[in-house]
Amino acid sequence: MTELSLQRGLVALRDEIDAPVAAFFSSCVHCGLCAQACPFYVETGDPKYTPILKVEPLRLLWEQEYTLWGRIKAMVGIGRKLTDEMLEEWEPLLYDSCTMCGRCSMVCPVGNDIQAMVRKTREGMVASGHAPVGLIEASARAIRTGSPMGLKWRTLEAQIKHVEASSGLTVPVDKEGVEYLVLLSSMEVINFPEYLEAITRIFDHAGVTWTLSKESFEATNAGIQIGSRDIAAELVQRIVDAAAKMRVQGVISPECGHAYTAIRWEGPNLIEKAYPFKALHIMEVLDELRSKGKLKTQGKETDRLSMHDPCNLARKSGVIDQQRNLVSLVAENFLDLEEHGRFQWCCGAGGGVSSNERADDLRIAAFKRKKAQIEEVQPERMITMCATCRTQLEEGLEKFHMDIPVVGLTEMIAEHLVEKGKPV
Amino acid sequence: MSDPMGFLLWVKGPMFEWALAIFAIGLAVRMVEIFMLGRKFNYAEPRGSEIGPGFRTLITRTVADPGTFARAPFDVVVGLVWHVGFLIVLLLFIPHIELINSMLSLTWPGLPNPVVDAVAAVTIFALVAVLIHRITHPVKKYISTSEDYLIWVATFLPLITGYLAYHRLINPYPVALGLHIFSVEIFLILLPFTKLTHIFTAFIARWYTGATFGRKGVVS
Repeated sequence: MTELSLQRGLVALRDEIDAPVAAFFSSCVHCGLCAQACPFYVETGDPKYTPILKVEPLRLLWEQEYTLWGRIKAMVGIGRKLTDEMLEEWEPLLYDSCTMCGRCSMVCPVGNDIQAMVRKTREGMVASGHAPVGLIEASARAIRTGSPMGLKWRTLEAQIKHVEASSGLTVPVDKEGVEYLVLLSSMEVINFPEYLEAITRIFDHAGVTWTLSKESFEATNAGIQIGSRDIAAELVQRIVDAAAKMRVQGVISPECGHAYTAIRWEGPNLIEKAYPFKALHIMEVLDELRSKGKLKTQGKETDRLSMHDPCNLARKSGVIDQQRNLVSLVAENFLDLEEHGRFQWCCGAGGGVSSNERADDLRIAAFKRKKAQIEEVQPERMITMCATCRTQLEEGLEKFHMDIPVVGLTEMIAEHLVEKGKPV
Repeated sequence: MSDPMGFLLWVKGPMFEWALAIFAIGLAVRMVEIFMLGRKFNYAEPRGSEIGPGFRTLITRTVADPGTFARAPFDVVVGLVWHVGFLIVLLLFIPHIELINSMLSLTWPGLPNPVVDAVAAVTIFALVAVLIHRITHPVKKYISTSEDYLIWVATFLPLITGYLAYHRLINPYPVALGLHIFSVEIFLILLPFTKLTHIFTAFIARWYTGATFGRKGVVS
């Protein structure tokens, strides 16, 4: 990477300014309602976390370079200058106190997509050298090793052996011409190995052909989180290449939120090419199997369950009904949190916040909104379908001494499969 | 200009033309500045359409979601009240309709004067409440700039001068009417260069966001 500088940051920011951005900044009347949508403001009460203020660097550049009036003001020297000092001041606002959950974009009365502008502003932050060290390291590891946590294939290979021993099934690796290329997240491989066993069982049960790729098993995209198109595009390209090599019809993003938005929505734009395959979240795949009658389940969970929608999956991708259809297949006592689906509250860990140690206290503060929601419903267990959300929920609930286990929906489905050969 | 009639003729004549010209040209420039930037081509396979959801959001953002309403009832209710009140007074007061008719040959039925008068009083009261809220609410106080207060004044003046003129509280009447028209001219001149542009651009913003979410299959 060439030297990072304010000039490079400004170039990156200019590249992000488009008609929606101009319409958004022209429309903000500082009503402050976006603060009421933000877990970081709601739980800290500190007005500096008002979402629209987080994108002030982008706004300044837009005003000074893309409006007639702003150019006149800049010429006579009115208004703040976009400097390294300012970007440094904004770094914690853009990275530590924003998960890009998009709730502000859903609430803004003038219709500003603030989350999209945070994503854009981060491009300028990276290029000018103002990204948090935790995310820089994760991005570097992702480029170097394929995994933001530095996980190697041999770790996964060891896990595959465990899964094969415990399930009696084969985990397909580098198998060409199958239906799906399955991706995993490092977080899952390390913390939630039950996911791999669950999909192995489910796909065997449903007769789905699939494969892992030795060259490209990582679904997550640190480039999206830090805000670097170059890094993000490189990571997406690896998946696209593996999918082409395996000649698959679809690529399945695992129980991870941002990995899905990265491959599903940003990916094709990062490589500037439509995919020759479908990009799907595991919830979409499972729900389609369910609707085709290919998931034969027995028994239901009887305890009181509730669900956390990952922001990237629900609000930012429209996967909302699928997980509820699947839950109703295997649970009889399910109750949604009051604000769920497109209006769900973020767990507080997304958008790279969990990779940024400096933000640890804020991450737990933001979690209090989720905690309050969970307390209202008082479930015995929580279900989710994102490894980052799940880790955050587990950590947060433990911290507040709430004895509520968190389960992944895929593994819950797998536990209820009718065994092969047995009558339903 | 020193005599009341002279002042009224000036604000109704040359000043009005200047204000309209600055408003029209300024707004056109703003629109060009926005749309010229365009949007990058989107290669991601859509889950839903853009156009329908775009127009849907253009309407639906007028009313807050239940959660936001519960957390910020003042903003939602008072914000809506004064915006609707402002529009009623602007568009349904019979002398305003007659003015628009004389300029554009467009007409529609108005509301009886006492009704508009009551709406104006409520709107003025709501705007004062909004200002107090801006000065006292921690978020609003923190994020407000001088421009926010400037556009409050620019919005308040046409209402208060109109109200005072209608009730003959400023004399002589030509001065009252002249001040009202002059305040509207200030509003028009400021509009393209301040956040008052949101009157137009908020609908563009809503459309874009509705379309972006709609493409992903999310109702926004």
